[in-house]
Parts: sequence; C-alpha cells; structure tokens
Amino acid sequence: MEEEVKGMTKPESEWTWKELPVGNVILEPGNASSYKTGDWKSFKPILKKELCIHCGLCYIFCPDMAYNLDAEGYFISDLYYCKGCGICSKECPTQAITMVVEEEK
Amino acid sequence: MGKRTGMEVSIAAAEAVKQANVDVVSAYPITPQTHIVEHLSEIVANGEMDAEFFCVESEHSAMSICIGSEAAGARSFTCTSAQGLALMAEMTFIASGLRLPILMIISNRTLSSPLSIWNDHSDTMMIRDCGWIQFFVENGQEVYDHVFISYRVGEDRSVLFPTIINMDGFILSHVIEPIELIEQEKIDQFLPPYQPLHRLHPDQPVTMGAFALPAIFAETKKAQEVALKSCVPKILEVWKAFGDMTGRYYHPVETYKAEDADTLLVTMGSIGETASVAVDKMREEGRSVGLVKLRLWRPFPFEELKQATRHAKNLVVIDRALSVGACGPVASEVKAALYGNDQRPSIYNFVAGISGRDVAPPDFIKMVDKAEIEIEEGKMDGYEIYGVRE
Repeated sequence: MEEEVKGMTKPESEWTWKELPVGNVILEPGNASSYKTGDWKSFKPILKKELCIHCGLCYIFCPDMAYNLDAEGYFISDLYYCKGCGICSKECPTQAITMVVEEEK
Repeated sequence: MGKRTGMEVSIAAAEAVKQANVDVVSAYPITPQTHIVEHLSEIVANGEMDAEFFCVESEHSAMSICIGSEAAGARSFTCTSAQGLALMAEMTFIASGLRLPILMIISNRTLSSPLSIWNDHSDTMMIRDCGWIQFFVENGQEVYDHVFISYRVGEDRSVLFPTIINMDGFILSHVIEPIELIEQEKIDQFLPPYQPLHRLHPDQPVTMGAFALPAIFAETKKAQEVALKSCVPKILEVWKAFGDMTGRYYHPVETYKAEDADTLLVTMGSIGETASVAVDKMREEGRSVGLVKLRLWRPFPFEELKQATRHAKNLVVIDRALSVGACGPVASEVKAALYGNDQRPSIYNFVAGISGRDVAPPDFIKMVDKAEIEIEEGKMDGYEIYGVRE
C-alpha cells in the first residue's frame, strides 16, 4: 500500500491516484480552510459600519465560519469562504448587513 | 473434523454470522432471505450472540446502518433479496467507495416485474458494478464457509472491500443440507478481530464520504479499481488457509472433467451441481463435455477463465439473468475475457432458469446438443432464452 499523505492541503488537480487515502478519507479535520471554498456564491454581504453595534451575531450564526474580527472591532465576512446564504443579514438586529448580487460593483 | 449436521442453509448462514463474532446486524426481512434475519434476531434476543440487531424500516437503512457501524469499527452484516436489494442499491456503491468491509448475503431472487419471489440472478446483476468482492456459491457448506472467508479477506489491510455472497434463493436458502460446522476455537484462530485502518472516533476525527470535484474523481475511481483487482492474491491466500484448516479448497474458476473437453458448460451458482450430473451422463455416452464454474464474479477472474477454457472448441454459457436488450451478463463477460485470444472457442449463450424455472440434467444435454449442432453449422455466437414456449 502506498504511503498515505495526511491532509488535502494541495489543489485537487495535483493529487495522483496513488496518494489518496484508502476510501478517500480526509484525515486532517477542518482542512476546508486550506481551500477557497466560496468562489461560487450569487450574493455577498455588505456591512454598513455606521449601523453596526459589534454584537457578533453575524459571526455566531455564519454556518461557514467566514466572519473574522478585524482590528477596528468589526466582524467582516471573508468572501473566499462566504457562500452568500444571507443568514448574517437576516440575523443582524440593526439591518447593517445587506446582500448584494456578486457581480455588482 | 467439525460436526456434520443437517440444517437449513439459511440457518447455517446465520450460525456462521454468529460464529464470526459479528458486532452489528442490520437487515429488513424479504423472501427468500427471511430465515437468515429471523434466526439472527432470535439468537441475538436470546443472548447467544453479542451483537446489536437493528430492526430497520427499509433496506436502504439496513445498508446505511452497516456503513455507519462499519465506519465506527464494528464488524457488520446484512442480507437481502431482489426488491430489497434494489432499494438498497444506492448505498452499496457508497460502502465500497468508502472501502468498508461489510458482508452481505444475497439470497438471489428475481426482480419484478412481473412480481416473482423465485430464484434467479437478476437482483445481483443490477448491482454488478457496485465495486464489492462478489462470490457465487453452489451449496450450503459454501455459504457457511464463505462468511468467514469474506470477513478475513475483506478486513485485510491490503483489501478493505465489502463482500457479497450470492446464494440461490429457495434452491439453497430453504433446503436442508448436511453442513460441517467448524469448531469455534478454529474460527477464532482463522478470523482475528477487526482492526479498521480508519474509523470514526472522537479522539481522532476524520471525514468519510467527502465530496470530489471532477478534478479528482477519476483518481478516486482508479484507486478503487486497482485496489479491487489487486485483492485476488489475498483471496487465494485466504482460500488456501481455509482449505488447510477444513480440507475444502476453493478457486476463482472451478472445473469438472474440463481438461480434455471439446465443449464446456459455463455456470455460476447452484446450477453448477446440476450441470455436473449432466456432464457425467454425457461422458458415459462418450461425449467430450466438461464444466467450468465461476465462483469469483468480481474482481472478474480473466486469466483463470482463459486458462480453464484454453483447449475447448465450444463454450455453452448458461446465464440465470438477462440483460434485456443485450444477452446474459456472464456471457458478455466470458466473450470479453476471451476476445484477445488467437484461438477463441465458439460461444453459445443460454439464458435459463430465470424466475426459478427448474433446470434439470436433461436440459443441459439439450442445450449442449443445440449449441454443438448450430456451431457445427457455422453459428459462432448463438443466443436464446432456453425453454420458452413458442
């Protein structure tokens, strides 16, 4: 049996069949952070900082853990992981987050 | 020598599952598999077998539970037939993709429609491509023996594949046969406890059943196929070890009076025993007829089949299933296996015994007669559904 490589930390297109773990088991928990998983969303969240009260509900509810706290104390969605589900926008108590179509600049 | 006892083959199968120290049984009753599940349910309830018995609501769930329990490191067993297997089909591909060494006995039965409870191989042929190791057996002793063989092969670190034992419904499942039961100490020695390579455990989280994009899917399938084809040496090794223990040696392709035969019958499953009676009869009449029986269906024993048929002029392949719109599935495989040979035999395919219609020794003689005459007249690839009223 070939030596199993731990973790799917290189691009899928670089894996050979011999390197795959038996049963394609992913041996390294949480390795999705090694990939940019949110490049296919239709909507993205836009934060109006003047309305934000720093409650962190967006951070708590985000199912993909895409929100991170920035240096100024705002929770900002990392768009490489955000799938555009809009839960943050729905949960925001001050309507500070609006969902806009991804293509709109 | 173990004790030779007269018992129903389904009961012998269930006793083997008990002796194999199976941890989880998850199954839904369906004719003609029912007696296996009923007996297992009884012996678990009586405390004779230390296992979890899951009464599930469907065969889809039966296999899903086996996948989950096997992934957690429990030796798991299920069995089904026909429509139950159809409902379970989706999960069978997942079990092999995840490389979980589950054992399933299929008590082979005809798939509807028309509704039929009797035996043929149409159910298992539906999931022919599911990526499991697939055995066909001829009698009750072989069912019993292959329970231990299958777990020992499947759970080997160099294999890690689920296994199907195909046994003909009613013809085997509901008859009483002499079965030599093996002493428990010998079984325990032959079949060590299951040591999974990867398992679901909170101390070391892993993901099983992840998604694969087109960029990697073909690599996963190549890995699976190479692994399945590579498990033949292990199957041979385990059959040898089992033979050394019991005196019963098994082979991927088995032959009977085949060495010098001009015409070979090719069979799979219990029909092989009946065919051997016909071969004896034809030999008595001075005819050059022999028999080749496929025991290993997947991975397909291409080389062994070529070897067994190398001197034959004619093959009469008998299929107990029909790929509607093509021919019998065994015949397709046999033709594919021999196509690359310089000297190919003529191959005549009969679909016979579907939905439990009896195939008796004189039927094999009629099939050989017809094939030999038509081949003589120049027909290279005859095919018919045998015995149909015109």
